[in-house]
Amino acid sequence: MATIKETLITPIFKDNPIALQILGICSALAVTTSMQVTVVMCLALVAVTAFSNLFISSIRHHIPGSIRIIVQMTIIASLVIVVDQVLKAVAYEISKQLSVFVGLIITNCIVMGRAEAFAMKNPPLPSFFDGVGNGLGYSVVLLAVAFFRELFGSGKLFGMEIMPLVTEGGWYNPNGLLLLPPSAFFLIGGFIWVLRSIDREQVEEPDFKMARHTVAEEGA
Amino acid sequence: MENLLSLFIRAIFIENMALAFFLGMCTFLAISKKVQAALGLGIAVIVVLTITVPVNNLIYNYLLADGALAWAGLPDVDLSFLGLLSYIGVIAAIVQIMEMFLDKYVPALYSALGVFLPLITVNCAILGASLFMVERDYNFGESVVFGAGAGVGWALAIVALAGIREKLKYSDVPAGLQGLGITFITVGLMSLGFMSFGGIDL
Repeated sequence: MATIKETLITPIFKDNPIALQILGICSALAVTTSMQVTVVMCLALVAVTAFSNLFISSIRHHIPGSIRIIVQMTIIASLVIVVDQVLKAVAYEISKQLSVFVGLIITNCIVMGRAEAFAMKNPPLPSFFDGVGNGLGYSVVLLAVAFFRELFGSGKLFGMEIMPLVTEGGWYNPNGLLLLPPSAFFLIGGFIWVLRSIDREQVEEPDFKMARHTVAEEGA
Repeated sequence: MENLLSLFIRAIFIENMALAFFLGMCTFLAISKKVQAALGLGIAVIVVLTITVPVNNLIYNYLLADGALAWAGLPDVDLSFLGLLSYIGVIAAIVQIMEMFLDKYVPALYSALGVFLPLITVNCAILGASLFMVERDYNFGESVVFGAGAGVGWALAIVALAGIREKLKYSDVPAGLQGLGITFITVGLMSLGFMSFGGIDL
């Protein structure tokens, strides 16, 4: 069972899909203006990744290689339709806010990437947990970004007031930039910086090395 | 006419697919190291978007929308839940057909775009544009303009980013930010620049 624990934990920090594999960034940025919406999006993604991995892995011996992409697509699209319909039925307001981004889980590279890289080669149960793990890895980054954006952008968390705004007689002057698209890029950039400073192995090799100063030689 | 023109401008600058809606980010960050490659991908995206958005518009209006099957004698049928599956199928099929067509008739263009065409199927900008088209209720003419505009906007953004990154590789970046990190910051700054188009009232 140790391996299942490993497949579940590794993608969360050591092999994070967003920070390291550059997968699934599209939705990571767009749905992070408030915690509530982000949590729903994360749940949707974890469910889709886990079950698509499970189903694809269970039929992996029957999928002909040449049409595997379209088979994977169909399975993922059907799961996303289920999630979309469920959201519309139980949380209509939030599904309106997520607008097209629930549908875009289909093209979220994490789902396709894990199906292709893991589920096609491994038995169903580990694949299922790999899906959950990668979904959670995605969620960690998203929730962190959403936390900062909502707290400092509108002084709230889950819609509850934490820091009373100046406009409502409080003391906190909100940072409007955090509610706009660019802030998400800065936050994720910073997040990657922190993650890679802690774990040095993940630092990318630069294309060019700076040459050292040659002043001393000239003087001599 | 004026309406269409302003829709076009809006799709390119104000509601830029990459910088305002974060669509197609994966390829946007992965294929933006060289201007040449970015340009090839950009053109492929423009072509695919200009074709898929109107086609999906027709499919939605004549097959899937509530009551759309009235012409077939089925006025009470609402197939809109099949939307996602149909759009992605259409996109995959059109990309495949385009690949075969280019291979046969325009081999020069095919070899230039070659690698990028299959990638486009999973580019969220393509599916995103179709979904926006449905959500905003565009008619056929508007969907052609919107598709082309969204493609041009995306291409513009990726070529600009590739230009910046080609120069940026000579700069001394802190170790942890090297590569992906600094690219995010750069895109953030670009997105900040594009925000200024938001003030334009069309």
